[in-house]
Amino acid sequence: MNALVWILGGLLVILAIAWVFRFATQKATDNKPYFRDMPLSVAFGYVFAAAALLLSIWYFFQPKAVDGIPSAGVIFFRWAIIGLLGFAAAAWVFRTVFRNVGSENSKKLFRSMPLTAAFGVMIIIVYAIVSIFAGLIAPYGQEEILGAANVVAGGDPAIGGNPEYPLGTDQIGRDILSRLIYGAQNTVGIAFITTCLAFILGGTLGFLAAVLGGWLDQLLSRMVDALMAIPSLIFSLLLMTIATAWAGSEAWLVTIYMIFIIAVIDSTRVFRLSRAVGQSIVVMDYIEAAKLRGEGMGYLIFREILPNALAPLLAEFGLRFCFVFLTIASLSFLGVGIQPPKADWGTMVRDLSPFINYASFAPNAAVTPLLAAGAIALLTVAVNFVVDWMLHKSSGLKE
Amino acid sequence: MSDLLLKIRGLKIEGRSDETWNPIINGIDVDLKKGEVLGMIGESGAGKSTVGLAAMGYTRDGVRISEGSVEFDGVDLVKASASVKRSLLGKRIAYVAQSAAASFNPAHKLIDQHTEGPVQHGVSSRAESEIDGIELYRRLRLPSPEEIGFRYPHQVSGGQLQRAMTAMAMACRPDLIIFDEPTTALDVTTQIEVLASIRDIVEQFDTAAIYITHDLAVVAQMADRIKVLLKGDEVEEADTRTMLTAPTEDYTKSLWAVRSFERPAKPAINVNATPVVSVRNVTAAYGTVDVLHDVSFDIHAGRTVAVVGESGSGKSTAARCITGLLPPRIGHIEFDGQQLPLSYKQRDKSQLRQAQMIYQMADTALNPRKSIGETIGRPVEFYMGLKGREKRKRVEELLAEIELEPTEYFNRLPSELSGGQKQRIGIARALAAEPQFIICDEVTSALDQLVAEGILRLLAKLQDELGLSYMFITHDLATVRSIADEVVVMKDGDVVEQGPKKEMFKPPHHAYTDLLLSSVPEMDPDWLTNLLQERGVDNIGDAAVDKM
Repeated sequence: MNALVWILGGLLVILAIAWVFRFATQKATDNKPYFRDMPLSVAFGYVFAAAALLLSIWYFFQPKAVDGIPSAGVIFFRWAIIGLLGFAAAAWVFRTVFRNVGSENSKKLFRSMPLTAAFGVMIIIVYAIVSIFAGLIAPYGQEEILGAANVVAGGDPAIGGNPEYPLGTDQIGRDILSRLIYGAQNTVGIAFITTCLAFILGGTLGFLAAVLGGWLDQLLSRMVDALMAIPSLIFSLLLMTIATAWAGSEAWLVTIYMIFIIAVIDSTRVFRLSRAVGQSIVVMDYIEAAKLRGEGMGYLIFREILPNALAPLLAEFGLRFCFVFLTIASLSFLGVGIQPPKADWGTMVRDLSPFINYASFAPNAAVTPLLAAGAIALLTVAVNFVVDWMLHKSSGLKE
Repeated sequence: MSDLLLKIRGLKIEGRSDETWNPIINGIDVDLKKGEVLGMIGESGAGKSTVGLAAMGYTRDGVRISEGSVEFDGVDLVKASASVKRSLLGKRIAYVAQSAAASFNPAHKLIDQHTEGPVQHGVSSRAESEIDGIELYRRLRLPSPEEIGFRYPHQVSGGQLQRAMTAMAMACRPDLIIFDEPTTALDVTTQIEVLASIRDIVEQFDTAAIYITHDLAVVAQMADRIKVLLKGDEVEEADTRTMLTAPTEDYTKSLWAVRSFERPAKPAINVNATPVVSVRNVTAAYGTVDVLHDVSFDIHAGRTVAVVGESGSGKSTAARCITGLLPPRIGHIEFDGQQLPLSYKQRDKSQLRQAQMIYQMADTALNPRKSIGETIGRPVEFYMGLKGREKRKRVEELLAEIELEPTEYFNRLPSELSGGQKQRIGIARALAAEPQFIICDEVTSALDQLVAEGILRLLAKLQDELGLSYMFITHDLATVRSIADEVVVMKDGDVVEQGPKKEMFKPPHHAYTDLLLSSVPEMDPDWLTNLLQERGVDNIGDAAVDKM
């Protein structure tokens, strides 16, 4: 009850300040149209945002520990803010560098790029490098057991860390940093292959259905409907259980089966999209002109339709990649995906998840499961930023 | 208070593109008295619509008024607050958009949308404005006015919708209406009805209006004064009659001269010669509905056959039958005396090569992701088997033929070209196949008059050089007059009349041909008045009812 009164009172105060703010700016700027036509709700938004900003700054500078007990809220908040600002700064530097280095075309591209997209591109490049050169970058092997188990992240011996393992070790003593790096290779690499496969399959069939229409379209579409009617995670879980039984002791076979299963299930979404995009392109006069010229099906699909469908398909590729990636992580979390001892982010989150219970008194220990989860989140956010930007660009082209 | 209703002074408007503000309108003055109609003409991109919208104190997104004032009845709309503008717009200033079909909300009945303005502005109650709406529908000569308002927008025709929108604009009895190309999307026969009713209602209520159009003949009927715009500048302004008879500026004169292009008549056809294309008793259907009934006509070598008619008359369907996209149900197509397979899928490469097509909308006819060189190069490679340097040379020849600088345009994308240039690329692509026969489907109707004339002259030149035959589909009789040798008039899937152009433009005609011919606006400002007298004013309303 008391809290409710405080919140209501605070909002009313902000509303009052907003009214004063608007009144003052109207007087000060001699009724500039922007302030004259400003609704009170917009002024409220400004003042509210300012208040929230001030509160954050105040909270940021609160002491890290009170009477020797760490205040976990402040510490996590600081990490979040530092991470956010750090990534923003890195993205800005990255963009600035590439605005001045590289070919004319790439410079032009970076000049038109918003900061969010630059961040996304940067993260994707970093992940790509890390996953390709994982063997060279990682300090230890992914399966290597290094004596000390449960070393706390941060490398500070005072609270149970070890500078040799900057991100600590897991419950059986494997280096978490190395496992994160190898996890990038396993999870991201497999997700990439799976997404490509889904696109080749779904895209080709979708365009074919759009161009030919008729019974082929009906047949393919109804098959896709049937596949989509089953919840995809449960369906893939079911199939993976069967596949695991088939594969027996061959762990690599399970991975191959997984790639195909997820690719087929995800290709249904790609099919839907490419069919819809294809259908709107097929009615264009230039397709009619190509048909009347006597062009074959291959030329129609790959030379006339595909270039025009590329923008939405690329955007979908980014999104689909995230979903595939999350599906793999979920399957691994559930124990049927990438098999141990191979490092994989989903499995890491599952295995280390009990540490989250320490969050209130030992933030550095609680962070271990969050590292893998953060790696997943970071890539997902990055890919989505790039996708948003591409969608924006492709819709701009149509104007 | 002076009797000036609208006073625009030094209006400058800028648009945002590539991160900077670029001028669109460079200082324009407009004076409009009460009850006066000002015509505003110019090609696309001249800024007509932008000025029209600015007269309401409104700009589109990404566009701003940078300087100048728009005084409406003493109120400067540029500086006025949103609430002041709200109280004026819709009530004292109204707007009629080009495409009524796109401007009505498809989810509401016409009368609901009609009464919204008066009720919102507190001019009248819902019941009163409904009665008034029906009265306006009657005055605009809409068929069954008591009942038409209770239909949804998709249930009435384009011309009726345009009139319903005019009625909606009149709902609050505004002092000023801005008409933005209200008849451009309509057929000639429908256009007349809309023009006549707009003119009547503007006169009856003594409303001032700005009438924006690119069609000179239309503006001559509607306006008291005409203002000519070019690229955001005023070229000249004068009384309609003065402007038509004695324009002072070169640009205006060139606009006026467009309609004078006419090809010399060719000698009569040798009746024994085999026609290049011959349509034989073709009946075609979409699904189970016949849209062409027993259509026959011939196209001879080096001739242009114009196929005219309103939309829905089957002109384009006839073209689809010739190309084989729509195999005829009965009848067949002959090429050089040889019967062609009905479907394009069964025709071989050389048969496909002989008949090419140029489309109405160059935007959708060119693949936006392919450069000009690729677009024109493909048929060169596909049919002629030329590759590499030879292909490039041939494409450059073709570009020179359509009067575009080869080196400059070779690598451009369609989005980097103007409408007229795109249409030229469409022509080049057709020529690249080295055909004998080209179907031109409304190739000039999406273009400005000056640009359209350029395209017509180019087509005529190519015909003389290469001996091409054209099937020219159009609804614009001015185009027919300038380029055709023979004319085929179609209505509802039937050929109503056909023959050499000379005979077609001379009476006696079939009644429908007569209606079409007499509906083409002429530059004479008295034309509409005379025509209405001739037909008897009531006839137009009746004609509209008949069409239902």
